[in-house]
Order: sequence, then C-alpha cells, then structure tokens
Amino acid sequence: MDLHLQKLSHDYGKLAVLRDIELEVRSREIVCIVGPSGCGKSTLLRLVGGLEQPTRGQVMQIGEPPAGCLNPLTYIFQDFALLPWRSVKGNISLVLEDRGLGRGEAEEIITDVLRRTKLSDFADAWPRQLSGGMKQRVAVARALAVKPAVMLMDEPLSALDSQTRELLMDDLVELWLTEGFTAVYVTHNLAEAVRLGHKIVVLSRRPGRVREMVSIDIPLDQRKNHVKELDDKQKLLWSMLRDEAMAADQELLDG
Amino acid sequence: MADTRPISSQSQSAEEPAKTVPFRGGGFVVKPLGVIAPLVFVVIIALWELGSQTGFISGLVLPSPSESFEAFRQLFDSGLLFVHLSASLQRIVIGWTVGSTLGIIVGLMIGLSSVARAGLAPLVSAIFPIPKIALLPLFIIWFGIGEGSKVATILFGTFFPTVITTYGGVDNVDRNLIRMGQSFGLSWMSIVRKIILPGALPAILSGCRISGSIAIILLVAAEMIGAEFGIGAYILMAGSLFATDQLIAGVAILSVMGLCFAWVIGRAEKYFLNWRT
Ligand SMILES: Nc1ncnc2c1ncn2[C@@H]1O[C@H](COP(=O)(O)OP(=O)(O)OP(=O)(O)O)[C@@H](O)[C@H]1O
Ligand SMILES: [Mg+2]
Repeated sequence: MDLHLQKLSHDYGKLAVLRDIELEVRSREIVCIVGPSGCGKSTLLRLVGGLEQPTRGQVMQIGEPPAGCLNPLTYIFQDFALLPWRSVKGNISLVLEDRGLGRGEAEEIITDVLRRTKLSDFADAWPRQLSGGMKQRVAVARALAVKPAVMLMDEPLSALDSQTRELLMDDLVELWLTEGFTAVYVTHNLAEAVRLGHKIVVLSRRPGRVREMVSIDIPLDQRKNHVKELDDKQKLLWSMLRDEAMAADQELLDG
Repeated sequence: MADTRPISSQSQSAEEPAKTVPFRGGGFVVKPLGVIAPLVFVVIIALWELGSQTGFISGLVLPSPSESFEAFRQLFDSGLLFVHLSASLQRIVIGWTVGSTLGIIVGLMIGLSSVARAGLAPLVSAIFPIPKIALLPLFIIWFGIGEGSKVATILFGTFFPTVITTYGGVDNVDRNLIRMGQSFGLSWMSIVRKIILPGALPAILSGCRISGSIAIILLVAAEMIGAEFGIGAYILMAGSLFATDQLIAGVAILSVMGLCFAWVIGRAEKYFLNWRT
C-alpha cells in the first residue's frame, strides 16, 4: 500500500501551519521528515493518519493494505503512550481486543511481537518498571501487533538518551531488513534521518512547505560502511535547515 | 600528566578552610510509619483518663473515657447498639451507594459530552455549595418523614462532590492516551472503559473518601428529625439529656465508622491502583 499526499494544507484558525505538501510514500520505504521546530511536522503526521482533517487537500491510500492488516496506519508516539495500568502484555492486547480475534489468536500475536522486539522476558512488567528505551520497544511491539501497512513515527527516539537511541536505531534497521516495513518518520535529528531514511523531506519554517527532497540510495544495512557519504548528506541537510531554523527561532510564537 | 600536577598542588596548597557540603534535601517525603497512628490515639486517651481520674478534668465538663466506655457497654448489653447501628448503616449504605453511583455516571457524562457539560456543569456548581441540611424540611415534604428523607439527604450530599471529582478526573486523563486509542481504531466504548475510566479512577476513589465523610456528617443531621433509631438519634437523645458519657460513646462509634470506611477505601485503592508506585 502506498500513500499519496495531495496538496495538503492545514490551518489552525488564522495560523497557517502547512501549505501544499505533495509527497509519495512507497511500500517498504522509510520517509523521514525534518524541519525547524513548530513547522507542522506533528500536524502533518496527524493528518496522514486521519487523526485530524486537513483544511485543504487529501491523503490518498493507493492499493489495498496487505492481508491480515488490522490497522493500516499505526502511530508510534514520542511519549510512548503506554497505559500505566496495563502490563506490557496488556498494552499490546489492548489494540487486539476490539477486533474479534480468538483468545488463542491474540495470544499468538502477542508472543510473536514480543519475541520480535526481544521483550519476551518482560511480558508481565508494568510500564513504570521499564526504562525509556524498553517502553518505546513496547510501543513498537504494539504497533507491529496490528500488522500496519504504514507506521507513522513522531520523533520516536527523542525522549531517549543518545546511547539508547543508538541501540534502538539498530533495532529498527534490523527490523526493516527482516520485515521491510513502510514508515513516515518525523525527527529533528539529522543523524537519525540519514541512518534510516530512504527519502528525506526537508520542510520550511511555518507554514511548512516541502523545501527539498533528498534521496539516499545506500542500502540500510550498508550505511555503517559509508560514514563519509552520510556525513556529507547530513551537512547538506543542515545547510538547508540552518537558515529556516534560525528564522523560525527568531519568530514570536503568536506573531 | 605534567600539566595536571600544578593544578592539584595549587588547590591543595591553598589555605582555604574545608568542610563537607551541608545536606539540604531532606523533608517533604511522607513515609508510612505504622505504629504512630495507634500510638497517638492511645496517648491522648490515656492522658484524658489520667486527667479525669485526678480531677484535673471535671466530670461535668467532659466524661472520662472509662465512663464513656461504660455507657457503650450498657448500650451493647441492652442490645440497642445493633438496632441503632443497623438503622444508621442501612441509611448510609443506600444513600452513599446510590449517590456515588449516580454521581459517577453524571460525572462521566459531563466529562465525556460537551452537551452534558454545557447543560449540567453550571447546575452542579450552583447546587453543590447549598448545605443539604437546609433542604431537610423539603426532603421531608417530598420523601416523607420516614427513611426516604434521611436517605435522600445522604444521597444528595454525596452525589454532588462525586460528580465534581469524577469529571475533574476525566478531564485529567492524558489526552495522548485517548489519541493513542483512537489511532489504533478502538471503539468509543473501549476508550471509555479501558482508558478514561482507569485514568479517572484515582480521582474517583479520592472523591469517595470525601463523600464517605460527608455521608456520616449528614447521617447525624438527618437522624435529628423523626428518627427513633440510629446513631445520630442516640447522640441527639443523649445530648438533650446531657448524658455526656453516652454522647461521647455515640460520637466514638461515628468516628470508628469513618475509620472503617477509610480503611475500605484504602484497600480499594491498593487493589485497583496497584499499577502505581
Ligand atoms: N491543536 C492545535 N491547535 C492550535 N494550534 C496548534 C495545534 N497543534 C499545533 N498547533 C500549532 O501548529 C504549529 C505546528 O505544530 P506542530 O506540533 O505540528 O509542529 P512540529 O513541527 O511538530 O514542532 P516540534 O518540532 O516542536 O515538534 C505550532 O505553531 C503549534 O503551536
Ligand atoms: Mg512535533
């Protein structure tokens, strides 16, 4: 299943947030979105997943989601959004409960996603007992449980320390290599963008427009051997973002 | 290496006085100290008894604990204790249960629906501060001098605070969790049952604590009119006869009822909120 964002624009009252976003997300592709703070990245993601309605334009779903997909557009949130009153297992079963699956079937899915995210030993732990990195893994497991066609990730690693981030990034790369998921990945960390992105979209300051689109052709599993190229890409991205970020920083929020 | 030495020797050679950094991070942490609560009761009652025995506290001013206990024993022996207690418990259990249940339902409605909020929230805020005791005569006209008016007083008294704490609790549920539920396509009912209700439960339970105390306060007020039996009626009778030992005994029973109620709520919190630290 592909996504096609067509002339997407959004306003909050008088505040113009997004303007004419045109973007294609192909199956098995990770599209990273970077942009200065407040340019509408999170808003864009909410529009893509149908949590909000765009003022103008539309998000088209092209093709059918793969068989067995329970929730085609699935989010992974920056703050994990785990229910503190449910165990790791309970948090995952939450998203399976309304779907008329048999008990055995749901149980099977839970065991499977816990194994894939290396969480099998933590099935009965409470969220409060987990570190940030583990919480985000639970959120990834929960997302995988509904077999999404596209994962929508809003700064999934931003709440983590840099070592944990590094580890989780490796996990995501590994996951992509084995399963090839599709994702729209919002981040403000350019290193993450060049490590994970097949396509990197640079947004301008608010109102956000697509300023530039950068493709990286190096396969994900070989990126660690191409430090130089990635570094150049990162510098290129920063040179595009720098002016926008500086200008955005100088603006008054309600101006 | 070479350039670290002068720095360390410099800092050591300096003749400044040295002392450890004073600790100032203490306090503001409440730890459970199981023995203190009973100890406080025992000490106060012992001092009071001592004061009465020595004549420091005149029996006219305040009866001694042993006299009050004697009054309690007489009540117990006469078999009237259970008559009073069951009459009161029945009123309080019915009034509080119905009041709280309706309060939680209406509170959820106000918390979940804009229409209900616009319509009901101002009404609740307007009626909440009215002392329900003042409405007792009206309740008697509406629900009769018997059980009806007494239960109604407790019911109304517990309903309003429960509404307010419940919708406050619903308002405080993390919006991101609700958004998460929507993004996974959970049904409205599932979001309410699995996200909003558990999220509001801590507030609802602490609301129950408050409404429980209110129920006991109103019980006495309600039993002051036309009640033959009940702890409140017993206290009122004792008061009008200036039988202060019986009065203290009655008040102590109310206080124990309050403690039992608080204990039950405490157990409920432990059971339902075991996910918290
Ligand atoms: N629900 C809302 N109502 C009104 N204004 C909003 C709302 N959500 C976001 N905004 C405004 O829209 C703009 C874009 O917000 P958004 O959260 O999408 O930015 P962002 O690019 O994700 O920023 P950040 O890098 O800080 O995460 C901001 O100026 C924000 O204040
Ligand atoms: Mg954001």
